[in-house]
Amino acid sequence: MFGKLSLSAVPYHDMIVMSAVYGSLLLTLLILGLITYYRKWTYLWKDWLTSVDHKRIGIMYIILSLVMLLRGLSDAIMMRSQQALAAGASHGYLHPDHFNQVFSAHGTIMIVFVAMPFLVGLMNIVIPPQIGARDVAFPYLNSVSLWLTVAGAFLVMVSLGVGEFSKAGWSGYAPLTELKYSPGVGVDYWIWSFQIAGIGSLMTSINFLVTIFKMRAPGMTLMRMPIFIWTSLCTLVLMVLAFPVLTVALAMLTLDRYLGMHFFTNTLGGNMMMYVNLFWIWGHPEVYIVVLPAFGIFSEVVATFSRKPLFGYTSMVFATMAIMVLSFVVWLHHFFTMGASPDVNIFFGITTMIIAIPTGVKIFNWLFTVYRGRVRFTSPMLWTLGFITTFSIGGMGGVLLASPPADYVLHDSLFLIAHFHTMLISGSLFGYFAGYSYWFPKAIGFTLNEKWGKPAFWCWLIGFYFAFAPLYILGFMGMPRRMYHYSNLAWHPYLVVAAGGLALILIGVLCQMIQLVVSIKQRQDTRDLTGDPWDGRTLEWAMSSPPAVYNFAAIPTVYDIDAFTDMKEKGMAYQKPDRYHDIHMPKNTGDGFINGILVFLFGFAMVWHIWWLAVLCALAMLFLLIARASDDDTEYTIPAAEVEEIENLRYRQLASAAEINRLAGGRGEPGILPQV
Amino acid sequence: MMTTDALTIDTPATEEFEHPDPIANQAFGFWLYIMSDLVLFGAIFATYIVLGHNYAGGPTGKDLFHLPYTFGETMLLLFSSATYGLAMLAMQEEKKNLLLTWLFVTFLLGIGFIGMEINEFHHMILDGNGPERSGFLSAFFTLVGTHGTHVTFGLIWMVFMMAQTVIKGLTSPVQSRLIRLSIFWHFLDIVWVGVFTIVYLMGVL
Repeated sequence: MFGKLSLSAVPYHDMIVMSAVYGSLLLTLLILGLITYYRKWTYLWKDWLTSVDHKRIGIMYIILSLVMLLRGLSDAIMMRSQQALAAGASHGYLHPDHFNQVFSAHGTIMIVFVAMPFLVGLMNIVIPPQIGARDVAFPYLNSVSLWLTVAGAFLVMVSLGVGEFSKAGWSGYAPLTELKYSPGVGVDYWIWSFQIAGIGSLMTSINFLVTIFKMRAPGMTLMRMPIFIWTSLCTLVLMVLAFPVLTVALAMLTLDRYLGMHFFTNTLGGNMMMYVNLFWIWGHPEVYIVVLPAFGIFSEVVATFSRKPLFGYTSMVFATMAIMVLSFVVWLHHFFTMGASPDVNIFFGITTMIIAIPTGVKIFNWLFTVYRGRVRFTSPMLWTLGFITTFSIGGMGGVLLASPPADYVLHDSLFLIAHFHTMLISGSLFGYFAGYSYWFPKAIGFTLNEKWGKPAFWCWLIGFYFAFAPLYILGFMGMPRRMYHYSNLAWHPYLVVAAGGLALILIGVLCQMIQLVVSIKQRQDTRDLTGDPWDGRTLEWAMSSPPAVYNFAAIPTVYDIDAFTDMKEKGMAYQKPDRYHDIHMPKNTGDGFINGILVFLFGFAMVWHIWWLAVLCALAMLFLLIARASDDDTEYTIPAAEVEEIENLRYRQLASAAEINRLAGGRGEPGILPQV
Repeated sequence: MMTTDALTIDTPATEEFEHPDPIANQAFGFWLYIMSDLVLFGAIFATYIVLGHNYAGGPTGKDLFHLPYTFGETMLLLFSSATYGLAMLAMQEEKKNLLLTWLFVTFLLGIGFIGMEINEFHHMILDGNGPERSGFLSAFFTLVGTHGTHVTFGLIWMVFMMAQTVIKGLTSPVQSRLIRLSIFWHFLDIVWVGVFTIVYLMGVL
C-alpha cells in the first residue's frame, strides 16, 4: 500500500535531524497559525497562490529562494563547524552519513533552489516592464513553472524528516548513485526534486524567450534592449538548450535505478563517464545561467549609480553572446582527470581560458562606467564593487585551474571549492542581493533601510574572504573536499579561521533579516511615491511602485538604449495619454498551484515506490492539462474608466512627491522628481 | 501587421501593441519547445552511439532487428505525416468533415505504428532481451521508447483535437492547436528517420 514507506523512515534516534524537523514544523505551524489569526487565507489564495501576475510570481520565487538560502546556510554552518572540530582525535558531532547528506543537500539547494528561483524571480519582476510589456507571453505557464520549483524544494525539505537525502554529492556521480551503492531513498529524493525543478526552469526559459522576442515596446530594437534583458536572453538560450540534457541524464539514472538498466553501471556494458559528460554538458552552461543575469544586474546598477550610460554597450552585448556560445564547449574541464587524451584536455583547457577574455571585457566596461561617474555608494552599488574585485580574483584562480596539469594536482581539493564559491558567491549571490535592494522599491513600494543594508554587505564581503581564503591555502596543502574527519593537524587552524569567516557572514545575514523587518516597520516614511527612487535609466522606473497590474496604461515608445533617461531628458516622462483604452489581462487560476501539489505527490510516490499514487497523480495531471487546454476564456477586461481612475491616483502621488521635494528646498536628487 | 487601414486612420503607435498576437506567440513558443526536444533526443542519440556496441555478451542489432518489419513501421509513420498534411489543407479550406476524416486516418496510421513497436518490444522482452540485458539494449529501448512515448502523447492529443473540432468548431484557438500538433507530428517523423537510420540500418548493415 505505501511502497517502501513505513514509520521507521523518520529518523527519531538522530537528535540533530529531529531538532531541525521539529524546528521546521513549528515554524510552519506558526506561519499557518498567523495566517489563520489574521484571516488572510482568502487573500493568500486569491491574490497570491492563484496569481498569474508576473510581479507576484516573481516575489513568490524570491521568497522561496530566501527561505531555501537559510536552509542551505544551515548546511554550511554544519560543515564548517564539523571541520573546525573533527581534527585528529576528535570526530566532531556529525555522523559521516549525515555529513554526506549535508554537503549533498547544500550544493543541490544552493544551485537549484536558491540561485535558480532568485534569478527567475528577478527576471519575472524586471523583464516585462523593462521591455514595456504588460505580462509575460504565457502567464499560466509561468505559474506552473513556479509551483513545479516549489514542489521540488518541498521534496528536499520532506527528505529531512521522512527518509534521508542523497549522500552522493550535488552532482550525483554514477556509479555511486546506482542502486548497488546507494540502495536508500536519498538518491531518489535528489533525482526527483532536481528533475521537477529542472522541467520548471525549461518552461520558464521558453516563456521568457517568447516574451523578449515578441513583446517588446515599439521602437525597442534588439540593440536598444537594456543590458539586463540581453544577459537574461543569453541565459534563457542556455536554459532552453542545456536543461534537456539534464533531464536525459537524470532520466537515465532513474531507469538504471528503477528498471535495472545499464546506462551508468560498471557491469553489463554501462559507461559511468557518460553520466559525468551529460551532467556537465548541462552543468557548465548552468554556471553561466546563474552568473549572466547577475552581470546584467551589475550593469544596470553601475550605470544608474554612476549617473552615466553604461560604458561600451555594444561590446557588453557581444561579450555576453561570446560567453553564451563558449559555455557549451568547456564542460570537460570539470573532469580533466577522466583520462581523455592530452589533445582533448588541451582543447577544453584553451576554450576555458578563452572565456576569461569576454569576461575581462565586461570587468573593464564596469570600471570605465564608474570612472569619472558621480558615484552614489548605495548598497546595490557596494555589492557591485565588492563583486568586481572578488570576481577578478576568482577568475584568475579559474584560469589557473583551466590548465590540465595544474588541475590534476588541484582536482577535488579545497582549492576548487574556494574557486567556485568565489565565482558563485560574488558573481551570482552578490548580484542577486544587488538586484534585491535595487528593485525592492519597484516590486514592493518602499525602499530598504540602508543603515542595516551596508553593514550586511561589509559582513558578507569580509566574512567571505575569511571563510574562503584559507580554503585556497588548504587546497595547496592537499586537503580534499567533502571530508567529515581528518588526521593532518596542520589543516586545523585554517579550518577554524574559515568557520570564523562563516560566523561573520551569519552576522551579515542577521543584518539582512533585521533590515527587512525595520524597512517594513518604517515603510510609511520610505514609500516610493514617484516610482523612480534611484533616478533610473530603464522603463521599469517609469511605472508606479508597486506597478498597477497592467504595468503601463499606454505602452511607451522607445527611442534610445536608456529609454527612461531619454524620456526624462526630452521632458516626455510622465505624460498623460489623451485617452485610456480597455486592457485585457489574464485571469487568475488555481490550476498551477494544484498541478504543483500533484507533482509533489507524484515525486514523493516515485521516491517511495507507491505506484498507485504515482499513476493517480499522473492521470490527474493529464486531466488538468486537458481541462485547461479546453478553456478558451482565460482573460478579463479592465475597462478604460477603471484604468483612468488608477492612473489619476498615480498622478496625484507624483504631485505630492513633487510638493514634498519643493518643501525640502529642492534638496532631493536632481532629476529624480518629475515636474508635474 | 499594420494594414493600410491602420495607416490612413491615424492610429497611435501603441494601438497595435495593445493586443500582442497570442497565436503567433504560441507558435513561436512551440518551436522553441521543439528545439529543446531536439536537444533531448540529441543527448539520447549520443548515449546510444556511445553504448551501441556494449553488447555484454548478449545479442547484437543483427540478431534482433528485422528490417522489413521496421520498414513497415516507417512507412506507417511517414504516411501519417502526409495525411496530417492533407488534414491541414482541409483546415485551411474550412472543410471540417474532411479535416476530421484525415485526422482519423492519421490517428489509425499512428496507432498502427505504436502497435507494431509495442509488438517488437514485447517479443524482445519475452526472448530475454529486455532493457536490463546490456548497455546496448538499455540505450535502444530508451531511444526508441522515448520516441514511442512522444507518438503516444501525440495520439492522445489528436483524439482531444478531434473532440475539440467537433464540439467547438474551427475557432482560432482550435486552429492554433491543430497547427502546433502538426509541427509536433512532423517533428516526430524527422526524429524517426534518425532512429531508423542510426539504430536499425546501421545496426543491421
